[in-house]
Amino acid sequence: MDIVAKENTFKRSKIHPKKFALGVACASIVMMFVALSSAYMVREAQGNWVEFAIPTKFFFSTAALLTSSLCLHFSYFFFKKEQTVLYRSLLTTAFFLGIAFVAFQYQGWNQIMLEAGLPLGANPSADFVYAITFLHAAHVLGGLIVLIMAMIHAFYLKHRVTERRKLRFEMTILYWHFVDFLWLYLLLFLIFHKM
Amino acid sequence: MATIAKEHLTKEESLIEELGFDDHFHDHHHGDKYQSNFITTYIFSQDHKMIAKQFLITGMFWALIGASMSIIFRLQLGFPEESMAWLKPLLGKWITINEAGIGTLAPEFYYALVTMHGTIIVFFVLTAGLSGTFSNLLIPLQVGARDMASPMLNMFSYWFFFLAGLIMFFSLFLSTGPFSGGWTAYPPLSALPQASEGSGAGMTMWVISLVFFVVSVLLGGINYITTVLNLRTKGMNMWRLPLTIWAFFVTAILGLLSFPVLVSGLLLVMFDKGLGTSFFLSEIFIGGAPLDHVGGSPVLYQHLFWFLGHPEVYIIILPAMGLVSEVLSVHSRKPIFGYKAMVFSILAIGFLSFIVWAHHMFMSGVNPWISNFFVLFTLIIAVPSAVKVFNWITTLYGGNVRFTSACLFSIGFVSMFISGGLTGIFLGNSAIDIQMHDTYFVVAHFHIVMGIAAFFGMFAGIYHWFPKMYGRFMNETLGKMHFWGTMIGAYAIFWPMHYLGMAGVPRRYYLFSNFDTFSHFTEMNKFITVAAIIVFMFQILFVVNFFYSIFKGRKVTTKNPWGATTLEWTTPINAGHGNWPGKIPTVQRWAYDYGKDGREFISQVEPLAEGEEDGH
Ligand code: HEM
Ligand SMILES: [Cu+2]
Repeated sequence: MDIVAKENTFKRSKIHPKKFALGVACASIVMMFVALSSAYMVREAQGNWVEFAIPTKFFFSTAALLTSSLCLHFSYFFFKKEQTVLYRSLLTTAFFLGIAFVAFQYQGWNQIMLEAGLPLGANPSADFVYAITFLHAAHVLGGLIVLIMAMIHAFYLKHRVTERRKLRFEMTILYWHFVDFLWLYLLLFLIFHKM
Repeated sequence: MATIAKEHLTKEESLIEELGFDDHFHDHHHGDKYQSNFITTYIFSQDHKMIAKQFLITGMFWALIGASMSIIFRLQLGFPEESMAWLKPLLGKWITINEAGIGTLAPEFYYALVTMHGTIIVFFVLTAGLSGTFSNLLIPLQVGARDMASPMLNMFSYWFFFLAGLIMFFSLFLSTGPFSGGWTAYPPLSALPQASEGSGAGMTMWVISLVFFVVSVLLGGINYITTVLNLRTKGMNMWRLPLTIWAFFVTAILGLLSFPVLVSGLLLVMFDKGLGTSFFLSEIFIGGAPLDHVGGSPVLYQHLFWFLGHPEVYIIILPAMGLVSEVLSVHSRKPIFGYKAMVFSILAIGFLSFIVWAHHMFMSGVNPWISNFFVLFTLIIAVPSAVKVFNWITTLYGGNVRFTSACLFSIGFVSMFISGGLTGIFLGNSAIDIQMHDTYFVVAHFHIVMGIAAFFGMFAGIYHWFPKMYGRFMNETLGKMHFWGTMIGAYAIFWPMHYLGMAGVPRRYYLFSNFDTFSHFTEMNKFITVAAIIVFMFQILFVVNFFYSIFKGRKVTTKNPWGATTLEWTTPINAGHGNWPGKIPTVQRWAYDYGKDGREFISQVEPLAEGEEDGH
């Protein structure tokens, strides 16, 4: 009897397979940016490379994205505590801060274009920044879609803390933190290379 | 379903009844959302076995297209003087007919054909068609899982592949033709719309198609990795996995780490092509006028491409190696020789495949000093490869070999892999590569070691697991004809190419009649073309056999027709959704107990006897 009960609860690992799968996907996305940053370094070493300061708007966007991540984290906290109002409002804030991030990135591109005088095609130093941040922004947009789904759940479903919804939420958070850290990496990479 | 009359239980079935793991899969009836109607069963299926068949049949479709293309360009190479007017109805404006009624193939289209042939065979057939088919079919079945970790993503994986194919297919009909800059898509040919007709819309569609393809590979790969790591049944530790699973697992990791790099490269190409950047384009003059691009580095693209490209060739060959290991062991009724060495070789090859990419670039102007390191690593890859070859041969040696079609193709695989691997060692020396690079020697090398070998692995897999897929056997006589025709024919095609290459005949040339030095190869080129046509016919034979057998093949009457040890043969002949009707089998021993203790084989579900040691 005992053995059967044990076997029934048999699980290979503590982490849910779907979460694990998302982690694997993130690793794969990282490779894309590793490739781009290596290409950046190789190209930089070949000269004809116009230096310019990192657009200040990129720091605003960083703040927006970090705060957004934080909001999402607390939203989940209040989701589990069944505090519906806080859960919903923090989720919504996280979403709009995500939009703000994209908007700031856009302004950052404008800064490179106008203030640094390096429109697309002028010099690879700026082109790399455009390409890398564009690809990153595309991943943030993907995250925003996920957040929209989370909001639909938050506003249209009855607030109930089920395993399924917890898993879904945790995966949303995992991805959102991921694009967040990815951006931090990219920003640090740029800062480091422009020092 | 779960009520099988007790007296009819085979030994394995009663063991599963007794020791199996009850996950209550069939208790709560979810109305079987997976297989409730035609559409969810055959089209948007989430069942890994059906998705495997979808990958296989789509792969076969593409294989036929890719092979037909090669026949057309082989006709051009073998018989450049002959009229191609008869192809006009198929190729339309790409055949021009002069007053005398002689039809010639447009050179641009020759390049488009070569490019499409490479792209299609490498990505659609030998990646999706091979890995997609067998990873899907075998991972859940052999690790003892009900399905993939995410059946839905798995379905998307197929449909992204389908979409990629659809886009590539449409690009064939563009008025400017499909992309024609080679399967490697080097800039400037790929990044300059002015470079050739196919570099415009054709190239754009090529990139879009490949990006969808990468999404498909990633969705598949994520599932394969997660399933292998998280959904193995009780008792199935990593050292009890069949080598097929090890191979698929490492393949998926390679794909996840390398394909995104290709996407990065393609993204930058598209920036150069459409947005005026100069990542890869340097000062270029067209028609005497300079272009706007300054200071780009085409070699940078090659680095990005081959960082994918080399692992990609192992993404193609590793699954074939896994299939061959399994088939050889089953059909020679012997345990695979050196199981652990096989696993470590797979891991070593997987690791090394990431640090040899520049051997494709010895002649691209990379620093010769740096080349030395790549020579070294490249030659080191030969070591785990040789270990595997040795183990396959030793597995066969002294075995009670059943020369079925599956087994023959596995042996053929080993032969091809040796022949092509040896020429790889030539090419891996940067000094010899000065002479060999971009000649037919390279074409011979990679067609034998990758093209033919991987196809052989795939055929071995199809003949062997066809009974599991369709509940019927393929016709063995046709299978053996298929084998001998392909085996002899493939060597007839590619062996002579080594001579062409050593004499310096460059690859990717449309016509050699202006080169006196190569004029004595005319007959050899004819021979190669004729051989290619014959081999193509043998593949038609295979396709006929395949579809005929689905409907009319000899029926499988027992669950385990080959007498194999692995779990897939403990499922019902036509396994439904969830694979096992009752409990999931638990695993008690490794996968290669053949000819042990006087018994022909011992299934993985059978507990170790008192004092018996497990495996290896
Ligand atoms: C002993 C192992 C091998 C060595 C040392 C080796 C070495 C090389 C080298 C140096 C080249 C570049 C030749 C040139 O362009 O001048 C090459 C080309 C190639 N190899 Fe191998 N190779 C090996 C095994 C394989 C295997 C197992 C595969 C595939 C399964 C493979 C697939 C290819 C392909 C596809 C190309 C040509 C790509 C192209 O230019 O279109 N090789 N090999
Ligand atoms: Cu290579």
